[in-house]
Amino acid sequence: MSAEIVIALLAATVQSGTPILFATLGEILSEKSGVLNLGVEGVMILGALVGFVVARHSGNPLLGFVAAGLVGSAATAVHGAVCLWFQGNQVVSGLALTIFGVGLANYLGTAYIGTPAPGFSPVPLPGLSELPVIGTIFFNHDPLVYVSYLVPPLLWLFLHATRYGLGLRAAGEYPGAAVAAGLDVVAYRWLGVVGGGFFMGLGGAYLSLAYTHLWTSNLTAGRGWIAVALVIFAFWRPGRAVFGAYLFGGIMALQLRLQASGAQVPSSILLMLPYALTVFVLVLSSWRKGSSDEPAALGVNVAPVD
Amino acid sequence: MRIVKAVLTLFLALWAGSAVAADKEFKVGFIYVSPVGDAGWSYSHDLGRQAIEALDGVTTSYVEAVPEGPDSERVMTNMARKDFDIVVATSFGYMDPMLKVAKQFPKTVFLHCSGFKTAENMGNFFGRMYQARYLSGMVAGAMTKSNTIGYVAAFPIPEVIRGINAFTLGVRAVNPKATVRVVWTKTWYDPATEKEAGKSLLDVGADVVAQHQDSPGPQEAAQEKGVYSIGYNSDMSAFAPKAHLTAPVWNWKVYYTKVIDEVRKGTWKAGAVWPGMAEGIVDLAPFGPMVPKELQDKVNAEKARIIAGEQKIFVGPIKDQSGAVKLAAGAVASDEELLGMTWFVDGVIGTTK
Repeated sequence: MSAEIVIALLAATVQSGTPILFATLGEILSEKSGVLNLGVEGVMILGALVGFVVARHSGNPLLGFVAAGLVGSAATAVHGAVCLWFQGNQVVSGLALTIFGVGLANYLGTAYIGTPAPGFSPVPLPGLSELPVIGTIFFNHDPLVYVSYLVPPLLWLFLHATRYGLGLRAAGEYPGAAVAAGLDVVAYRWLGVVGGGFFMGLGGAYLSLAYTHLWTSNLTAGRGWIAVALVIFAFWRPGRAVFGAYLFGGIMALQLRLQASGAQVPSSILLMLPYALTVFVLVLSSWRKGSSDEPAALGVNVAPVD
Repeated sequence: MRIVKAVLTLFLALWAGSAVAADKEFKVGFIYVSPVGDAGWSYSHDLGRQAIEALDGVTTSYVEAVPEGPDSERVMTNMARKDFDIVVATSFGYMDPMLKVAKQFPKTVFLHCSGFKTAENMGNFFGRMYQARYLSGMVAGAMTKSNTIGYVAAFPIPEVIRGINAFTLGVRAVNPKATVRVVWTKTWYDPATEKEAGKSLLDVGADVVAQHQDSPGPQEAAQEKGVYSIGYNSDMSAFAPKAHLTAPVWNWKVYYTKVIDEVRKGTWKAGAVWPGMAEGIVDLAPFGPMVPKELQDKVNAEKARIIAGEQKIFVGPIKDQSGAVKLAAGAVASDEELLGMTWFVDGVIGTTK
């Protein structure tokens, strides 16, 4: 492969990693507050549909993008109600949310299949896009990619440099102590769940507004599950999530380019790569568990206190 | 979970049934594998359905996005029970379920598209799409400047491979230096993956991209890069007006109108039919404004030769990728050879695995 193709591959890597990145960051926020959300896939696809529908009817893709985030929050609020108010099992509730979300989006979206809607197109960033190599890889994308660059540092700052972030982490690490310190643990968990859902919705909308400008059933195609696995790979750290999301995006982009450049490898093997990597990543991260930032009370419900 | 599934099943069955009109009209039911709005395969069949709906005394109904397998069997049974005269199923995976249902309802005529099994009351039909593929290949071969053409392919089955081969023969007929690079997505409708596959071909230097899937993803990729594309199934120019050169398209109306007429008159016989361009079942979509007049004339002349039966496309000498002669000089590939094609012709870069 020539240098030009490698640069094109890396640029495609950033683009195909972006929806996974949004979703992974959302899941990190949720899990940091102590709530496991396996509904990412369902929330993403609802976000993808709503983003598309709003953009189509309003003619404004930005409005669609924001609406997708809000719908993501609304969908995860169902999960929040089950786990935070009714002390329901987080695993079961999350799985239900995925099945429900995928089914509902496919049902409601049938009428929109094959219809056009406005979306985001690449906008080279002035100055930065002219940098050699880096410019093409990172600064020659649609605006939503640039938004995704801002989220990990902001999320890190929120979690580690603000009072609310500290409270949210306390709710996920040691809710008993947080309650004793006078923090409203349930409120912080709500923040984590609903805030996380917002980013999952954005990740879905990226698929229908920027990656393609189309809606179809099963548009997310398992990306939500990859995000769940990536949270573990990322050791619950936003910075590592960027690395993980691009690693997956890169593998997805690579296998198609390997075929295009005439590699004599059966396509079935190449298409398997992202999923084989998922298994590999999970094995690797459980082996190195010591350095992980896994919240101690992840998946453990807390009783609301008055 | 079982109860939920049972309730859903019941609901689906009732819903499928309620779509049926009453009275003694001639009733034709269609089963599609994808939603009709896909601009692709199911959409092209639905255009045919709409054409026969307009006929006197014919009512039609359809159920879309029916998964292949047991679900489709239930939908077909339901239609047969509702006294449909003809049940049409338009995906390969409906073949065995249809065979089963056809045996249970001997009075109903069953028609299956793209398979190979028939029964006394079950016919099989398809179209010689490779003829239109060849013509679209000529357009691509003449329009490429880089001599690299990309082909976003669905699944490595004979139908798709035959299409790629016919396309490549068309490319090579006008441009012997050009090669066709193939990327498999193993999808029929996944716009995100198919667009990405299109982009990967553009990255390795392709300046015309053709496709087999139903989504206009590859068309979008070509338009964004400012190069050309060849659609499939139906005219996809709406999705990429600046890129879309032409598209090999289906015109099922021709077949459906004919078969309904035969069934109503009682002259219909079960069997396999494989009509082509001469019957009008496959065609080429209108050329985009960027296709020069001389090229249009050249392609149209070749089209006339196909219709007249002078151009059979798979005519020897044809070599495979390794250079071995697969079809001796002057020999014409038989339908069996075409239907079982599992090798790429010389000029294709990629594997059939």
